[in-house]
Amino acid sequence: MSPLRHLLDVNRAPLGTLAVFVVMMAVFFFADPRVFSQWTIYRSVLTTLPVALFLVVPLVFVVTAGEIDLSFPATMGFAAWSFALVVHAGLSPWLAVAAGLVTGTLLGFAIGSLVVRFNLSSLVATLGMGFVLRGVIQIANEGMPIALTSLGESGLRRIAAGFVLDVPAQALWGLGFVILAALLYNRHRFGIHVKFVGDNADSAREMGIDVDGVRIATFVLVGLGAALAGILSTLINYTWWPTAGEGYFLPVLASVFVGGTPTWGGVGTVAGGATGALIVAFIETGVVGAGLSGFYVQFFDGVVIILALIGHRWNQPRYR
Amino acid sequence: MAKPLVELRGIIKAFGRVRALDGVDLAIECGEVVGLVGDNGAGKSTLIKILAGVLPPSAGEILVRGQSVSAWDAARARAAGIETVFQDRALAVQQSVMHNIFMGRELAGRFGWLKLSEERREAERLMREVGFTSKDLSPRSIVGRLSGGERQGVSIARALYNRAALIVLDEPTAALSLIETAKVFGFVRQARSAGRSVLFVGHNIHHVHAIADRFVVLDRGRIALSASRGELPSAEALITFMERIAGRPAVAAPAGDRV
Ligand SMILES: Nc1ncnc2c1ncn2[C@@H]1O[C@H](COP(=O)(O)OP(=O)(O)OP(=O)(O)O)[C@@H](O)[C@H]1O
Ligand SMILES: [Mg+2]
Repeated sequence: MSPLRHLLDVNRAPLGTLAVFVVMMAVFFFADPRVFSQWTIYRSVLTTLPVALFLVVPLVFVVTAGEIDLSFPATMGFAAWSFALVVHAGLSPWLAVAAGLVTGTLLGFAIGSLVVRFNLSSLVATLGMGFVLRGVIQIANEGMPIALTSLGESGLRRIAAGFVLDVPAQALWGLGFVILAALLYNRHRFGIHVKFVGDNADSAREMGIDVDGVRIATFVLVGLGAALAGILSTLINYTWWPTAGEGYFLPVLASVFVGGTPTWGGVGTVAGGATGALIVAFIETGVVGAGLSGFYVQFFDGVVIILALIGHRWNQPRYR
Repeated sequence: MAKPLVELRGIIKAFGRVRALDGVDLAIECGEVVGLVGDNGAGKSTLIKILAGVLPPSAGEILVRGQSVSAWDAARARAAGIETVFQDRALAVQQSVMHNIFMGRELAGRFGWLKLSEERREAERLMREVGFTSKDLSPRSIVGRLSGGERQGVSIARALYNRAALIVLDEPTAALSLIETAKVFGFVRQARSAGRSVLFVGHNIHHVHAIADRFVVLDRGRIALSASRGELPSAEALITFMERIAGRPAVAAPAGDRV
């Protein structure tokens, strides 16, 4: 096989996702060329999209390892909470970032260890852990948000969520995160171990791979990403809400699968997942921008998910 | 006599109330080909998995080059120079041939970044050595697209890669044509003449007899016979012995003791 053919072949899933995105944008553009030739619409998507990227990309690793993590919205809320508490206490926002990252990482480790050590179904166990974490947040805060007006003029906000030539800084951070994760997934020993574990955990074990360790590491990655997402969204809003993260649950999961990572483990695509997040983010903007009412958003979400899934199924054979 | 390469002493493996292995002693010398035979369910694969560090024994000791090993696991077994072709072949079918060959032993530089072009070159060389003839197959082919025999070839290529001191083959010829089987025998002989040891499991007694220096018969978790080629010069003698033990009732071992 020629190198070009090979490149197209191994990237068929993310390329398929990209094709869906291009077609969708073409339709939007055709529906209302005036709205879609303005930068503002892209700037508004790029403001919030990175939050989703920090969640989608680690989930690609978890799903590739043959697991799922449904507790990421609660982990995101929890890590952002610890960030907000430190900022609210008047300490340095950078210290708050460290607190948020440590919290997210520890939660990811705890959730992963729970699933792996007790040999639980990650689907059910992480659902339960999500409720527990969100429950703790609700009990402690009784629904009250934490306002963080002091973040407005902090250097952290300028660096993390300011603007670079009218491009939201977080979009650049998000892009960097995606590139780094894609390298980890495709070019690093960890990435190939994740694929071995999801493909055939018994074989991986027989070849001396630390299967449990790899599984836990993928959950830690989700915890870390959820913390980054939580911190970023708090920075954008100057406020932490006890419901922080909840709105990302279904769009983020949809992005992973729309992106071309199958549910059965062993294979997946980071670039596709990121493109999937782009698609899901633009559906809302696009539907409203095209002059339809917001009530159409969910309907089009569903249509795009189903069409993308059919496309991937046809595009990507499953080997057993 | 030099110390055996590996030695198993008093290995017991219980699955619940089932004793798959019931006190097995087995030593493999350097440069020796041992043929392990026994009925279905005799415990051959279980013994191999314990040797490969995949299963922990319920009791017993493992010695490598005369040293008793502790915390034996699959990674340590491979590091000690034991490469295994498992009965289930241990492949990840959605990954490429090359990734499978280097599974658990990836060629990586500092910080764990993969040396993919080096892996590809090495995989190409190994595939030629193992005798992949199809032009459509490259190191980047997905294993799921390969035939059963070709998959076996990938598994064997993996075991051959780092010139292991002991190569363990669990029914390596079960899915292979005559020509492919002859190739596997060739690898075994090559390994022996290079001073490496082989543990060869098979159901075809003629095959095992043709290749091994010593025969070990496992019967319901116990070693029923260990004889050199000199003591058992014909395959028929081995077959007769196996038929005799197949007709004999199991040695009654009260459940639950010695676990
Ligand atoms: N994971 C397990 N759990 C319970 N019992 C097991 C397990 N693995 C093996 N056994 C039992 O241990 C015994 C030995 O099995 P083993 O696979 O070692 O046999 P074998 O000699 O390799 O047979 P074959 O020639 O069919 O491959 C069998 O009775 C089997 O049912
Ligand atoms: Mg067996």
